[in-house]
Amino acid sequence: MKIVRTKPELCIGCRACEETCSKVLHKDTNNEKSAIIITEKENSTFDINVCNQCGECIPICPVEAIYRAKNGTVMINKDKCVHCYACVGFCPNLSMRYQKDVTGPFKCISCGACTRECPTGAIFMEEVQG
Amino acid sequence: MSCKCKKSEDINVKDLRKSHKKIAEFSFEPKEIYRGYADRTLYINLSSNEVKIKPVPEDMKDKFTGGRGYGIKYLWDATKPDTKWNDPENEIIIAQGPIGGITQYPGAGKSYVATISPLTDIAIDSNVGGYFGPLCKFSGFDALEIQGKAGNDVIVFIDGDNNKVVIEEAPEECVNSHILAELLTKMYADSDADDDLRSVSVVSAGQAAENTRIGMLNFSYYDVRRKQCKLKQAGRGGIGTVFRDKKIKALVVKKSNIKGDLNNPADLDKVIKTGIKLHKEIHDNDDKQCRMRVFGTTQLVDAMNAHDLLPVKNFQYGSHPEGNKLGKEAFINLFEHGLPDGCWYGCTLACAHAVPGFELKTGPYKGEKVLVDGPEYETLAGCGSNCGIFDAEKVVECNFYCDTYGIDTISFGTLCAFVMECYERGILNKEITGGLELNFGNWEAQMEMLHQMARGEGFGMVAGQGVHRMKKLFIEQYGADAKLLQDIGMEAKGLEYSEYVSKESLAQQGGYGTTNKGPQHDENWLIFLDMIRNLMPTFEDKAEALYYFPLFRTWFSIAGLCKLPWNDIEPADNHKQAEPAKVPEHVQNYVDLFTAVTGKPFSKEELLRQSERVYNLQKVLSLKLGKGTRKFDAIPYRSVGPVTVEEYESRQDRYDKQLKEILGINPEGMSTEEKMAALRKYREERYETLLDTVYKRRGWTQNGVPTIEKLEELGIAYPDVVEEVKKHL
Repeated sequence: MKIVRTKPELCIGCRACEETCSKVLHKDTNNEKSAIIITEKENSTFDINVCNQCGECIPICPVEAIYRAKNGTVMINKDKCVHCYACVGFCPNLSMRYQKDVTGPFKCISCGACTRECPTGAIFMEEVQG
Repeated sequence: MSCKCKKSEDINVKDLRKSHKKIAEFSFEPKEIYRGYADRTLYINLSSNEVKIKPVPEDMKDKFTGGRGYGIKYLWDATKPDTKWNDPENEIIIAQGPIGGITQYPGAGKSYVATISPLTDIAIDSNVGGYFGPLCKFSGFDALEIQGKAGNDVIVFIDGDNNKVVIEEAPEECVNSHILAELLTKMYADSDADDDLRSVSVVSAGQAAENTRIGMLNFSYYDVRRKQCKLKQAGRGGIGTVFRDKKIKALVVKKSNIKGDLNNPADLDKVIKTGIKLHKEIHDNDDKQCRMRVFGTTQLVDAMNAHDLLPVKNFQYGSHPEGNKLGKEAFINLFEHGLPDGCWYGCTLACAHAVPGFELKTGPYKGEKVLVDGPEYETLAGCGSNCGIFDAEKVVECNFYCDTYGIDTISFGTLCAFVMECYERGILNKEITGGLELNFGNWEAQMEMLHQMARGEGFGMVAGQGVHRMKKLFIEQYGADAKLLQDIGMEAKGLEYSEYVSKESLAQQGGYGTTNKGPQHDENWLIFLDMIRNLMPTFEDKAEALYYFPLFRTWFSIAGLCKLPWNDIEPADNHKQAEPAKVPEHVQNYVDLFTAVTGKPFSKEELLRQSERVYNLQKVLSLKLGKGTRKFDAIPYRSVGPVTVEEYESRQDRYDKQLKEILGINPEGMSTEEKMAALRKYREERYETLLDTVYKRRGWTQNGVPTIEKLEELGIAYPDVVEEVKKHL
């Protein structure tokens, strides 16, 4: 499966990825609605947090709303979701998102749109064993 | 009765539905929940088949909040001083609280059930998980109030999708819950799709609930992974007996498309953030703390056995070399792990574990492989160690049959232990028991007694009356020593003890003795704080704990929450807080949640006050129904100290030391009987002093009666309440 991989040392904090992600997922340019999150650390370096598609959220969901799609990406069935946010609290990578203006949890869907906007190659798609 | 006790997959659901005869149908206007409340109750009278919607008056909402508060208020209104459990005017009320049904904070799926108990003849309240309460609420009702008695077995179907209630006579279905819940879930669901099946929940009892006073209710939920119904129990006080006496075969609710905003809270963002915070805490800490997600409450067996608190052989002893055979090690293999075992959406504490594919060895379903919910700690201690049975699989089987027959494992365990001790002491014999050799450890005899309760025959019918009534019977009919039976019969107010040895914790003795409903630990669990950590050395300290904790714990039952996520998981830095036993951060979570859902200003102080109103009304209801005064807070000496020479001598060093260091008595040269008498005098006096101190702290007279001033302070000095109290002042 293809996942978003990161090289944080290349990140310049432009947040183009966040804006793109928010547009793709929510048709909005609100960076807080992005599934990929850039956090500025001390000395002007950046952390990049994005789902690694590990799937640990899948057995946490009480209604089987979270599943692994055929291409390997972990997806959320919004119709089934009961908005308990257990997946947010139990994500080992803190990559399952909650944002108050979005109904239900959301996450990276491995679409790759963010990587295409990144000017430095700090994020990129890579094929990994699922 | 006609009882087709076949597995649900062998039954044609459509054909069976045709056997139902509709006797009443009621359509209602849909109503969305606003800030945690529907502000209306669904009232059903099974004598007249009247179905109506009762608005919840603003004053009732303000004073009694919800859940058990509504249950007690409705019972207060419905009953007369001479109302008995099997009178038509007795009610079964199932209510949630305002927070109940949120999907984001663990433990928000509880229902609170109240009725007049066939064991205690006063109000009993019992909490239970499963989906019924939330689905009923989201159908538009804060409470379901059932009065009257049907002529024939009925099913009440609340269709929250189509806004109607139907009462159907249902003559054919088996009443045993593992079959009935599965069957009715399929019968009333829109289709066999998982999402439709999980939109249905069933409340049911079982055969033994019809023949005993210890009947309980199973609340179902459909587990989408196991593809089966699971059952949670409103266990205490014989509610299932009342249910079957009203000829209710089942209550069924259907409500689809459950989402996280159906409570329409004032501040959904706050609810979600508070929930996520606790999810994360459970994720990070559960493995280092109680491991509820792995072992549920079974881990308590090991802890209680280690601290001499696990009841062994009718509470004579507090530990046993084989005690751990009932603990977590047994359930590493027996439980199915890795499933999201919450009994409502979003409960990540996930303690509702189950034993899959368990092959039954006795009874009508012998040879069948079944899913067994639990066992919980109380069942392991009650039906296991307390009866001298130290085989986890045997307790699993006992648990299964108690559940499907609709009886309470706590009362069953405690009464079985009592019967076994009576048998070993020669009070009972094979002639009386109809051949059952009820020695401690005889699991086959225990199971046969249980099956007799279901069949309505033999000694099981005697035992099913409960310890309180058995004591009287054994004294009157078999010449048993009344004083001995009073000492060893582990009941108070008519309710069997739950499964903790309280001999070395005065605060817990008081906790059991001063409960409104009878000796159940949900109101108090102070043993560790008192006995192990000695955090309440004075009577005043203990009285303060017996003021605070019962009120704090009562609040779960009026707000609509489960107690376990309060202190079976704790923030990592909780031990650094000023009062770690209160788990201050979680108390703040509850304050935040109440405000976030209802939009009302709230505080820790108001939390206690909400509870105190309900607690005191329940107390006055006990007075109205003939109990409630000091003499009913008396407890059996087995829960206070050693009754027999063997008990004393089994912990002789401890007791001798207490005589010497506390009482200044030199035990050397004294007989065990003399030492027991000295210890008993001291302990019994101490208990009475504790009652004096607790009553004072609670604002009650020395006879345990709330004062008019207390009722006025709480805002519940209604004329009829005051009139009742005045009779006892």
